[in-house]
Amino acid sequence: MSNISRKFKDMTDTGLLLTITIVVFFLMYIGAIVFQGKGFLKPQTFFNILNANAALIILACGMSIVMITGGIDISVGGVTALVSMSCAVYLDYKGGNVAASMLIAIGIGLAYGLVQGFLVAYLDIQPFIVSLAGMFFARGMTTIVNTNPFNVQNESFVALKDTRIIVPGMGSVNKLGKYVNAYVEIGVIVALIIVILMFCLLRWTKLGRSFYAVGGNKQSALMLGINVKRTKFMSHMLCSLLAGIGGYVYFLHVGSGAATHAQGAEMNAIASSIIGGTMLTGGVGNIIGTFFGVLSLSTIQNIVSSAGLDQAWWTGITIAAMLCIFLVIQSVVMARKKRAVKK
Amino acid sequence: MANEALLSLRGIDKVFPGVMALMGVDFTLRKGEIHALMGENGAGKSTLIKVLTGVYTKDNGTIELEGKEVSIRSPQDAQHLGISTVYQEITLCPNLSVAENMYIGRSDDIYQNWKKMNEGADKMLKSLDIPARATQQLGSCSIAVQQMVAIARAVDMDCKVLILDEPTSSLDDQEVQKLFKLMRELKGRGVGIIFVTHFLDQVYEVCDRITVLRDGKLVGEYEIKDLPRLQLVSKMLGKELDDLSDIHTEENASHIDEKGEPLFEAEGLSSTEGIKPFDFYIRKGEVNGFTGLLGSGRSECVRAIFGADRVVSGTVKKDGKTIKIQKPIDAMKNGIGYLPEDRKVDGIIGDLSVRENIILALQVMKGFFKPFTKAEAYAFADEYIKALSIKTASADTPIKSLSGGNQQKCILARWLLTHPDYLILDEPTRGIDVGTKVDIQKLVLKLASEGMSITFISSETDEMLRTCSRLIVMRDRRVVGELKGEDLTQNKIMSTIAGGDEAK
Amino acid sequence: MSIGKNRNVTDIFGKLFKNQIFIPLAAMFILLLFNLVADPSFFKITMGYNSAGNPVLSGYLMTILDNGSELAILAIGMTLVTAASGGQDISVGAAIAIAGSTLLRALCGTNTRPDTLRMPIFVAFIISCLVAMAFGAFNGALVSIFKIQPMVATLILYTAGRSIAAWINNNELPIISEPKFGYYGGFIPGIPIPTPFFIAAAMVVIITLVLKFTNLGLYTQAVGINESSSRLNGLNPVFIKWLTFVILGACVAVAALIKVSRLSSINYSVIAKDIEMDAILAVALGGNALGGGKFNMASSIIGAFVIQMLTTTLFKFQVPSDALPAYKAVVVILLVVFSAPVVRDKMSQIIKKMNSRKGAV
Repeated sequence: MSNISRKFKDMTDTGLLLTITIVVFFLMYIGAIVFQGKGFLKPQTFFNILNANAALIILACGMSIVMITGGIDISVGGVTALVSMSCAVYLDYKGGNVAASMLIAIGIGLAYGLVQGFLVAYLDIQPFIVSLAGMFFARGMTTIVNTNPFNVQNESFVALKDTRIIVPGMGSVNKLGKYVNAYVEIGVIVALIIVILMFCLLRWTKLGRSFYAVGGNKQSALMLGINVKRTKFMSHMLCSLLAGIGGYVYFLHVGSGAATHAQGAEMNAIASSIIGGTMLTGGVGNIIGTFFGVLSLSTIQNIVSSAGLDQAWWTGITIAAMLCIFLVIQSVVMARKKRAVKK
Repeated sequence: MANEALLSLRGIDKVFPGVMALMGVDFTLRKGEIHALMGENGAGKSTLIKVLTGVYTKDNGTIELEGKEVSIRSPQDAQHLGISTVYQEITLCPNLSVAENMYIGRSDDIYQNWKKMNEGADKMLKSLDIPARATQQLGSCSIAVQQMVAIARAVDMDCKVLILDEPTSSLDDQEVQKLFKLMRELKGRGVGIIFVTHFLDQVYEVCDRITVLRDGKLVGEYEIKDLPRLQLVSKMLGKELDDLSDIHTEENASHIDEKGEPLFEAEGLSSTEGIKPFDFYIRKGEVNGFTGLLGSGRSECVRAIFGADRVVSGTVKKDGKTIKIQKPIDAMKNGIGYLPEDRKVDGIIGDLSVRENIILALQVMKGFFKPFTKAEAYAFADEYIKALSIKTASADTPIKSLSGGNQQKCILARWLLTHPDYLILDEPTRGIDVGTKVDIQKLVLKLASEGMSITFISSETDEMLRTCSRLIVMRDRRVVGELKGEDLTQNKIMSTIAGGDEAK
Repeated sequence: MSIGKNRNVTDIFGKLFKNQIFIPLAAMFILLLFNLVADPSFFKITMGYNSAGNPVLSGYLMTILDNGSELAILAIGMTLVTAASGGQDISVGAAIAIAGSTLLRALCGTNTRPDTLRMPIFVAFIISCLVAMAFGAFNGALVSIFKIQPMVATLILYTAGRSIAAWINNNELPIISEPKFGYYGGFIPGIPIPTPFFIAAAMVVIITLVLKFTNLGLYTQAVGINESSSRLNGLNPVFIKWLTFVILGACVAVAALIKVSRLSSINYSVIAKDIEMDAILAVALGGNALGGGKFNMASSIIGAFVIQMLTTTLFKFQVPSDALPAYKAVVVILLVVFSAPVVRDKMSQIIKKMNSRKGAV
């Protein structure tokens, strides 16, 4: 018993919350298999969750980085919509090519990061306000770029969008007795690469550790010789860049431009990060946790919809409930841990 | 001589809004010496150090390191120049591991090599006998260990100049000795050490030279052998020494009714902040005090009395009747006032005006639906601005733009306005100018002679000796003794704090 | 702090700048001037008759008074929440949907096209008010008891609110034909000034009285500036923060009454959309620090009408409603940039330099 409590005390905050997240995800997935039937046993069900949420994973990675540094960025959904629309218009109306459209996405992300990062880091304006304005600007700009939603017809783009990457050995036999290969979309590969890259960045680079230090205690970080302003700036830069990339992955998944795209994506990204064990107060969090956060969030959405509660409002309510529960868990666990350390 | 100078500061000025924190200060540090920087709270020590470490930028003056003029604009600059600092308050990140805290922000490498870092940290921790593991999260270590980690970091950085800003306040004797050993070792290697402390003993134990500051000005630089303690104290206090001598405890003690029921009494009181249950009483018109080192639990005791921390056990009586104090408002309604230790965090409400700050406590007691009229509020404020001679442009000035001493007077006014029977003053003289310190001490004695009971806490023992007629001594969050009458001497206090018979 | 040589000039400027109400008034002045130059028809007010044959005043200025009312009402609550908690409630739009939905449910029951109302409008309003305050209390509890940042705590209701609103009426869209219900968001027969304006005025009077005859103002500011110190002065910061969210809940219910009355129906996903942005903007434009602490209620209320003026002006110049946020975002950014302490310090340094140069000459 005392051994366990000692371990509990010694665990880093990040490790503790990460453990909670992973345990919760597996319990939930097992629960889904038990109560919702075999559908959840099929690997393709899991891959479909990945396919549908590749963009969200990327957005949530960026969000986690900003949150670890002690900030927040609610413009990512807006940026996603803006990227989709800009690229769609470029590809179809201006006859652009796919490679250049990717550059546009990255360019929009970088521009956002530059402006928001500067305002937050160097002018010391609250990140929430800056990114709230950023979100509205992006949404507004999207309709200015083009008002009506439309599907992209550009051939090479459509080909790219429909590319399926077969996952060997994971297929299943369908009702007609035919073997169907399991597949993922390109976006999933991009998302996984980004998860790995960001994990390494946070774990093994000076910049990554600076994010934690600044989020843990800004004043101390300054005294420890970290360039706090630059670190904050970089966190926003990275988040917006990932929003640009995530936006393109989203675009690749839906294949259209619309002002209503990725509505509420910022909320999902924040919720995923929080469920994944990123503390709002900064300094604590992990990309692997965030990855599982996204999976947990979408698994529960799947459970809700396969339970027959298909009305749109249930999704909103479940996400909010999850968010609420995890926020309270965080608040309670950290308070208890603090008390344990004191004694 | 000159070529020995490792670091020299010339004519440093630093101005804060409304305050001249440093005026033309010179300071010289030589290779391989331990140099004490002395001065009372608010003398400018911390400001000077923060200028030196790039936290503040100086307004005037030059800094030379090894004969070359340098500009230090940020803590990174200072680090790169080989100036490392250990601050009184922990300036590490609690969410990172011990090893990371020792190494972060130091190298220009892009990659962080955990293995190498953990090994290095473990070696360092072992060699300094610090009871922590490299992979442990810093936040799970005790404050003393965190402080030691900060020192380990500074030591590990191969610095030319090491600044220790009151590092010993949370360390016990053994740990202090360990630190001194380390300091002497570094000195042998030619490192220049600037040592700031409030403990005179420590200064005479390890230092070679003393620089004294007062009110933001340089008083002088002395060889340790040329400056006996008494002179050092008088240099730190300045002329005010004579002014203080007319305050006497005797006149205070005489009017206390020794036999009657105590005004306030507590039995077995303890709070969530980890103090051992303690008993306490105070009589009408008495001034008593809690003494002990920083972190000994003296503030926690009075916070428990006021209900500022959650009380977990004990009974409290006021005028012989049992009362319940669970939160500050309960204490206030029972005629208790509390001036908190940390003025900025717990005392002032920065953006509100002097007037609002003064009336706040009384207003809260009067009730939500009964606000004072503007005229009443101004009358109260003006009365106390005058009575305590608070220097402010008007009653509408935001309190944060006043100097520390005047802010403290406002907080004092706030509590006096509630006309308490029992007033707790926790470090009322910290970080304020000497003149105001004297004013406050005199006021305490005057109030007591008018029948108010006062508990007075100060880090400066002589202030307590001057004002209190009874001292409760604390060590390690436990009451270890009570001194009064003849026993009220510096030596006796020291020996009680240190632990009974070990006294010299 | 003091700028030095040109004391007279800087003093006058200082006084003007220091008075918080100057900021929204200046913004209003700029907008009015712009409209005057660009198209004076902005100021035209005409007397006409609406479809029910009642006299009504119309014109851009009336639109501002009319549509700015909900915003002004929300700004009252938002100012208090901002002051006490140092954050903003971003769920007010969703909460309006909930309150509005409750109001309709109370009035219509399960019948979506009722001929008679099930209860007096006033009683239904009280019910919806209680519901809105309960949701405010939920937000408040997360913020004050669980110490979650306000914006993130209210994110929960922001995400779920419109869904809850739809659920209350089982995703039906009730329509009320009773003309009296339309008075709150339209015109009372015989009075040519829009009713919302009167409701907003009543709310302003109430809050003025409350601030004058209670310590709400002092307490919220004290808690917002220094929570720890307020506690040691006998205040209960947890309760006060919670209370401001409940008050905002009441403001939300009033705004919801107007919003629902305007349509005599509801659209869950569109009603009061993005109003949280405008409400926060009103507080900011009023010169109140979004980090909490001191506030100026009058300034916020004027701020709300200025925001509406901006919206109306943009509409007038044919900016499509979907693109509106982009323009407002630019205004917000300019506003926060110029009120950022860093920028202010830099500017006062520049002024100082210019002054000293003048002095030298």
